[in-house]
Amino acid sequence: MAELDTSSHDSGKKGPGVKKGKKLSTRVDLTPMVDLGFLLITFFMFTTTMSQPNAMNLKMPDDKQNVDPTKIKQSGALTIFLGKDNHIYYYEGENLKADLSNVQSSNFKDIRKVILDKKANTPPDDLFVVVMPGNASTYKNIIDILDEFSIDMVERYALVNKVDPQYEADISKLDSLSTQ
Amino acid sequence: MGRAKLPRKSTAIDMTPFCDVAFLLLTFFILTTKFKPDEKIPINTPSSVAAKVAPQKNYIMISLDKDGKAFLNSDREDVKTDAINILNKDHNLGLTDGEIHRLATMPIIGTSLQNLKAYSGLPTTALNDKLPGIPIQDTANNQLTEWMKAFVSVSQDLQGEDPENKANNLTIILKGDNLSKFPQFKNVISALTDNMILQFQMVTNPEMVPVGSELWRQAQNAAPAAKANG
Repeated sequence: MAELDTSSHDSGKKGPGVKKGKKLSTRVDLTPMVDLGFLLITFFMFTTTMSQPNAMNLKMPDDKQNVDPTKIKQSGALTIFLGKDNHIYYYEGENLKADLSNVQSSNFKDIRKVILDKKANTPPDDLFVVVMPGNASTYKNIIDILDEFSIDMVERYALVNKVDPQYEADISKLDSLSTQ
Repeated sequence: MGRAKLPRKSTAIDMTPFCDVAFLLLTFFILTTKFKPDEKIPINTPSSVAAKVAPQKNYIMISLDKDGKAFLNSDREDVKTDAINILNKDHNLGLTDGEIHRLATMPIIGTSLQNLKAYSGLPTTALNDKLPGIPIQDTANNQLTEWMKAFVSVSQDLQGEDPENKANNLTIILKGDNLSKFPQFKNVISALTDNMILQFQMVTNPEMVPVGSELWRQAQNAAPAAKANG
């Protein structure tokens, strides 16, 4: 704070001609320094990266090795299609019907309940979730669904990265149905 | 009776402790801060509940931007140099040692193999998201596969030298943008799986575990148990 220098008023008793050096206060006004300090703090707080990016592990199956497909029990399978505009389609168990009548539509909010229901109704060793992303799905969709598995603690899942043209056609068909 | 006179107090506050605190905090932030790395290609990563911190050393990073363009980067210049040497030999790119050195020191590689020679002469300011990226668009000409092949062979050489040395274990990190589409991501993954890299990490932003979910419950159960043990 600015301080008034009042010391000169005390020197009234001196006779004429007696000159005394002005007593200066040794106190320094620290306000600007504090201002500067906090300005720099703010700057460093904004530029610093406190949160390190995290990494998610993904293991891909070896496609050169032939795995016996009958090892997966049909009853425990849940297949999830990722469509465009964050749409999800899924079907349980048996093979996909040609008219897609056993496919249900969902979204990223409701899929958790679907996965948990499936998990509750199947023996833990049989549960197997397959993700088939369509060509219109984004990277975010894939990460979100994989993240969903870790949230729901689904241990056996697979990301299909060689999408069959047939499935691709099915996904586009589902997309066009859902937008109607 | 005269009223008791209150001593007049100065309104000036002693700023010294305040100043001390300010500079203490300032020192803390200066010492702990690490500047955001200069990102040549802007990428908004999705978020996940994954708790593991992304590796900061000995990585090979594949970036996939929102237009589906792929870029390569690594913190290991020696690895990059060796990989470019292999590619140079395999594809007769005709790169000189000076050009290879310049490519290896570049923060990001984002062009086709055929253009590497011209690319090595680019100034740092030209390294931005306008680069063409490594061709991954179609499966027939997926040049990322060639790059990964070179990296795998470099990494095997390194491990052959000294398998105990942790610095020789290279991690593959995939950093994709929210908006990048699946077909490109698929080609990146096939580039990795074709070279028998079946395990890799994907960079995400940290996110809270949703309350009430199974993972959350497990964490809740683990916490009291850890307390009881400790």
